[in-house]
Amino acid sequence: MRIYDEILSSRLMLGTARYPSPEILQEAIVASGAEIVTVSLRREAAGERAGQKFWDIIRETGVRVLPNTAGCHSVREAVTTARMAREVFGTTLVKLEVIGDADTLQPDLFGLVEATRILTEDGFQVLAYTTEDLVAADRLVEAGCQVLMPWGSPIGSARGLNNVYGLRAMRARFPDLTLIVDAGIGVPSHAAQAMELGYDGVLLSSAVALAGDPVAMARAFKLSVEAGRIAFGADPLQPRDMAEPSTPLLGRAAFA
Amino acid sequence: MKILLNGEPAEVAAATLAAALDELGYGEGPFATALNRDFVPAGERPQTRLTEGDAIEIIAPMQGG
Repeated sequence: MRIYDEILSSRLMLGTARYPSPEILQEAIVASGAEIVTVSLRREAAGERAGQKFWDIIRETGVRVLPNTAGCHSVREAVTTARMAREVFGTTLVKLEVIGDADTLQPDLFGLVEATRILTEDGFQVLAYTTEDLVAADRLVEAGCQVLMPWGSPIGSARGLNNVYGLRAMRARFPDLTLIVDAGIGVPSHAAQAMELGYDGVLLSSAVALAGDPVAMARAFKLSVEAGRIAFGADPLQPRDMAEPSTPLLGRAAFA
Repeated sequence: MKILLNGEPAEVAAATLAAALDELGYGEGPFATALNRDFVPAGERPQTRLTEGDAIEIIAPMQGG
């Protein structure tokens, strides 16, 4: 999977939030096979050192980090947060979120395009959290974005792929762009479905972190993403309305 | 002088952002700073002068999705 200049062998990207413990987070990262995990920023009081502790935990795993701009509702907030993240984490990658709706956490596509343009000109490599809207996707690509991350369904909803038609259309419209389904993945079959559609990867967080056994679930997602990708490459059978015998009728005995 | 530190009222004697961070007890740690909603790179903190009522944000790594 290509993320700008880097080729990753794992097609699963993992969030780091809401795990029962730092140890389980580390074990889940290893079990998932993810080579890149998402991180964020928050206010820190003097002497708190929580940021340092978390950063040490992530660095121990040796994976790359992808800072997000979660919680930003304006272009200005998102751009400032991205610049602060670049300094703290030492990466030009950013998962750009500009949230437009408080209930669905749907991206503000207008703000997203504007923030993408500003950050790309500033040297960032933007991974845009977007919807399956093709016009917005065109604008994001024009603004310099090389990785689009359409939602499967609202963040944390575990509803899977809400608009399979839209995601399929997006894949067909941008055959050479890196497309990653981000948000709404609840179970491994959702991830496999995204991969069977030809998506380059999936990004998920709560589906693993909030599972009863996050480490086992991380492994299940690893396998489902691999299975879905292999299936895509194997040219899946297309659905049809009527039955077609799977056993050849030629040479069938006549007992009627 | 009175400032806002991460949204809370605070008092500092320091004249610059870098000096204020020392005074407030922030170490080397991984964190980034903003002054009045604009990012201030680490290298510019020593030259960034503070005035009464300034809003300083100090943010550090945390878990993300």
